[in-house]
Amino acid sequence: MLSVIQRTVLLFACVMYPVVAGADASPEKPNTALHAIAQELIDAGFREKQALTERLTTIEDPNTLKFMQVMVDGDLYYRKDDRVIVINGDDAITSFFTGKEVVLKSKRDIKKISVNNKLRIVLRGGIARLQVFSDDPEQRMQAAVNLLKSADDLDPETLEQALNTEKNTDVNEVLLLVKGIRLLDADNEAQRLEGISLLSGSLYPDVRGALANFQRSAEADGRTTELQAVNEAIEKIESLLTLNSVAENLYFGLALGAVLLLAAIGLAITFGVMGVINMAHGEMIMLGAYTTYVVQQLMPDHIGMSLVVAIPAAFLVSGLVGIAIERGVIRHLYGRPLETLLATFGISLVLQQAVRSVFSPLNREVATPDWMAGTFMINPALELTFNRLYIIIFSLLVLALLALVLKRTLFGLQMRAVTMNRPMASSMGIRTGWVDALTFGLGSGIAGIAGVALSQLTNVGPNMGQAYIIDSFMVVVFGGVGNLWGTLVGAMSLGVVNKLLEPWAGAVVAKILVLIFIILFIQKRPRGLFALKGRAADMG
Amino acid sequence: MKQEIKGGPLTRLIMNDVAGRRMMAIILAIAVIVPFCNLMFPEGSAFHVSTYTMTLLGKYLCYALLAVAVDLIWGYCGILSLGHGAFFALGGYAMGMYLMRQIGDRGVYANPELPDFMVFLNWTELPWYWYGFDQFWFAMVMVLAAPGILAFVFGALAFRSRVTGVYLSIITQALTYALLLAFFRNDMGFGGNNGLTDFKDILGFDLQADSTRAALFFASGIALILGYLISRFIVTSKLGRVLVAIRDSESRARFLGYRVEWYKLFVFVVSAMLAGVAGALYVPQVGIINPGEFAPINSIEMIIWVAVGGRGTLFGAVIGAVLVNYAKTYFTGAFAELWLFMLGGLFVLTTLYLPKGVVGLWAQIKDKFFSSGGGGQSGKPATDNAEGKI
Amino acid sequence: MSLAKTKHIDQPTVLYMDGVSVSFDGFKALNSLSLFIEPGEMRAIIGPNGAGKTTMMDVITGKTRPDEGTILFNDEHDLTRFDEAQVANMGVGRKFQKPSVIESLTVFENLEMSLKGGRSVWQALTHKLTSAKQDKIDEILSMIDLKDRLYEDAGSLSHGQKQWLEIGMLLGQEPELLLIDEPAAGMTDEETMKTAELFKELSKKHSLMVVEHDMDFIEALDCRVTVLHEGSVLAEGSLANVKNNQQVIEVYLGR
Repeated sequence: MLSVIQRTVLLFACVMYPVVAGADASPEKPNTALHAIAQELIDAGFREKQALTERLTTIEDPNTLKFMQVMVDGDLYYRKDDRVIVINGDDAITSFFTGKEVVLKSKRDIKKISVNNKLRIVLRGGIARLQVFSDDPEQRMQAAVNLLKSADDLDPETLEQALNTEKNTDVNEVLLLVKGIRLLDADNEAQRLEGISLLSGSLYPDVRGALANFQRSAEADGRTTELQAVNEAIEKIESLLTLNSVAENLYFGLALGAVLLLAAIGLAITFGVMGVINMAHGEMIMLGAYTTYVVQQLMPDHIGMSLVVAIPAAFLVSGLVGIAIERGVIRHLYGRPLETLLATFGISLVLQQAVRSVFSPLNREVATPDWMAGTFMINPALELTFNRLYIIIFSLLVLALLALVLKRTLFGLQMRAVTMNRPMASSMGIRTGWVDALTFGLGSGIAGIAGVALSQLTNVGPNMGQAYIIDSFMVVVFGGVGNLWGTLVGAMSLGVVNKLLEPWAGAVVAKILVLIFIILFIQKRPRGLFALKGRAADMG
Repeated sequence: MKQEIKGGPLTRLIMNDVAGRRMMAIILAIAVIVPFCNLMFPEGSAFHVSTYTMTLLGKYLCYALLAVAVDLIWGYCGILSLGHGAFFALGGYAMGMYLMRQIGDRGVYANPELPDFMVFLNWTELPWYWYGFDQFWFAMVMVLAAPGILAFVFGALAFRSRVTGVYLSIITQALTYALLLAFFRNDMGFGGNNGLTDFKDILGFDLQADSTRAALFFASGIALILGYLISRFIVTSKLGRVLVAIRDSESRARFLGYRVEWYKLFVFVVSAMLAGVAGALYVPQVGIINPGEFAPINSIEMIIWVAVGGRGTLFGAVIGAVLVNYAKTYFTGAFAELWLFMLGGLFVLTTLYLPKGVVGLWAQIKDKFFSSGGGGQSGKPATDNAEGKI
Repeated sequence: MSLAKTKHIDQPTVLYMDGVSVSFDGFKALNSLSLFIEPGEMRAIIGPNGAGKTTMMDVITGKTRPDEGTILFNDEHDLTRFDEAQVANMGVGRKFQKPSVIESLTVFENLEMSLKGGRSVWQALTHKLTSAKQDKIDEILSMIDLKDRLYEDAGSLSHGQKQWLEIGMLLGQEPELLLIDEPAAGMTDEETMKTAELFKELSKKHSLMVVEHDMDFIEALDCRVTVLHEGSVLAEGSLANVKNNQQVIEVYLGR
């Protein structure tokens, strides 16, 4: 109980302050109704605050919403000596009306304008009302989604009003859900059933939570009609969620397929076109990933650009190493595929150890640029990450580019000529040795590019290549040797099958199942999905 | 001139194989002398062989047997298996399961029935596939059967559908990779990541005792000699010549009327069983078997033993296994960083310059320096086949 | 024999092909090929490159499955249902264009491997060289003139000798029907004539089908000739007959 004197003083203050404030208006103390109420709030007790806050919600001022939000978060303070309203933010204290930083000698110089739960309810209602009538559809959407958590923030009349005025269908949908959640608490059955029907099939977790709560109480009270309705609604939501998770796994599968595709394209050239088994192919990928790391070290201030620079750099590094391997070793082993396999395996060991010695046996950190991060929302229960999308697009681009090189350039023509008939190509003046070297360089270079992409998804370490070599071979063999289209289909189907199996069987078993499937598949079609038939096949 | 001394199978085995005969004599001598020196001479004596050395040599003997198994299919039949480590490991696991059951209630959890790792996983009873492994004879049957059956099923599928060359190599690698992943799983019931270890005794003899170690060493030597003789018997029979025919020209063998797939399958299964035996002898000597043995790199390392020694000569495989593993022991101890460079270099150099391995090199040297007159007939290079195929 | 009912002719044949077609990716290698060889007959097959000669051999020996058509051996075996080894063991021997002997085995071992019988794994493992087999090898050796190189690697033989060794291996199989792909390729004139003599000798005991380009060789064989073109039979008859066939001339000389 406040004493009479105190009350008098307070009353006086309330009456006086606007005048005082008006007297020396400044940017920090603007001559507005909002500022006036703010000043009153400083001295008010909780009961007065309640009335003040209710008044506050009706003030038409661009800053009102922000004021209420800061207040409900408990960040609203004032400076003791001059009663300037400030926001006590996480990293700095700023003046509410000017936004300028306020420097204090001591933490004690400011005092909180405290709120209690009653006030918070009023504030949240006020915020909700303001937001649902905001001019910005995004803000209205945000408000509506927030209301799903606490539907009671908004009184039914305002909700109806909002529903009537809302033109944006997306927002309207969510508002209907809010109404549905409110109706679940209604007194009569018809209304509750209407609520359920409004909520049926919605993917918002809050809606599902509300329905689950309702289900429990309906079960406890034995309201069978409603129970049946709510069960159906939840079932519908669940089947939609299953669909969602399938879609999500499909997306993950395509992303994995894209990674496999990137890893396998290079192999499709060295193995598919040249018939050379390059067991060091995984290490070409690793070199590409390490190139990305080095590029980032060289330009630490431009992480966003670093990937763009890394792609050609990785292509060059891996490509040149590939050419060196071809000229130094593989050239001497043509026609002896098994020996090539062993020699290139030896090279892979050397490259791994070289990276281990130069960098370290530990994984290196490769940063992800901002433009790769983030997600996009398909529906309330399905968010997909951007980096995967980029990699899918990127892999397809690389494939298309390669197909173009093979089909449309002189080099591509010479390469195919050498593959089909070496002596003839040679007698026509094609320097087959160089074509071999460049082809191998091309395949290795693309592996390097795959390494750039992989550095964004997995750890970059000396052993990273080994994880991909078997998978890449599987893709090429599955898709059919010497066939880029087959490589694409092979990579994507293996990726998708792997990811679809995962939730059902677990990651390791899924991988084993895929390996077994391929082993069995090769039994049936030893030349892969898109096999070359006839004489050409006999050459392989 | 390749004319051979005719006679019964035993004559054929022993008399026509001078190098092999010498090598077997050496192995037999080692198999006797090393354990003898270990047991009879006290520590500190000049003749004493430490248990550590004996165990190390025992490992080499197991590897040598494994190399013979690999050479049998690769050197003679042209099947480059990059998954032979799987058969070695399966044999090892079969032995490991027996040794595990022998622990009985002496484990940490003192469960008389279940191995420690099962108790740890809260299992209440033994999985069905562990039944019988408390019996030594049963475990020994499984040492042969587990790799044999896997090789049979896998080989039947692969060879019948004519998966050959690098395709076969890659799917054998996929096979061992799949098994690696599978054995890493705890719920497979093979101890997961840690594998099987902490063995106590074998057939009632303490595994830590020098005498048991000596016996195991001796057994490894004998197994190697037997494995060598079996392989030698196969490759010197007409079957061996069919295998060579398949290696050199598979379609010719088919058009001659030989069912290539059955020949491959036979030799593949035999080879897998030999590898299994090698694994079974390896495990009690090193005291552990874990999924790492399935790692593809292990299987490829075996190939390089054979390549270094001399593909297509069984005793070359033995020499290669011992040489490479001795080098590995030495260099991983002295210059750990260098070893992978060396191993990698070994792969490259052997395939490029030593297609017939050190055995072929030795034959070349002998040809050059010790043959009378020089040139002419004797100049026929030992490497004609490999080079002729470029 | 129910199989025999699928035949459209009555006389006995050692090889009967009717309406056999094979295509690779849309390219018809064999286009409804029909052809038969009587027991004891020697037949020469000629035709330009790509006429389907090798594919025809592949189809007969079980290497390639035809898309459609009938192939009967000895009027009782449907060859389209067997693989190479089974066909070989029924009595069809095949010699490749490129000499295909096992280069790292000796001449003796090559011949020993080819001898009829003992094809199972177990028989191979327990194989013993009987005197009957030794005699057979000696007999073949005298025919192919390689006695003094018996224990040398087949890889060290000359091209012509390899051809002869392969023919010797074919004889070791004791086939009823021999399919021979360009035996005279790479042979000297003298060797060619010797080979023709050998074949005429063989045709007394075996049926032969010889694919050849060398017209002198075919003339020396003095047998019925079948001309293949674009996967089917263009003409058939004596060499002189075929040579005067207008269609054949067009195909060989171009229009």
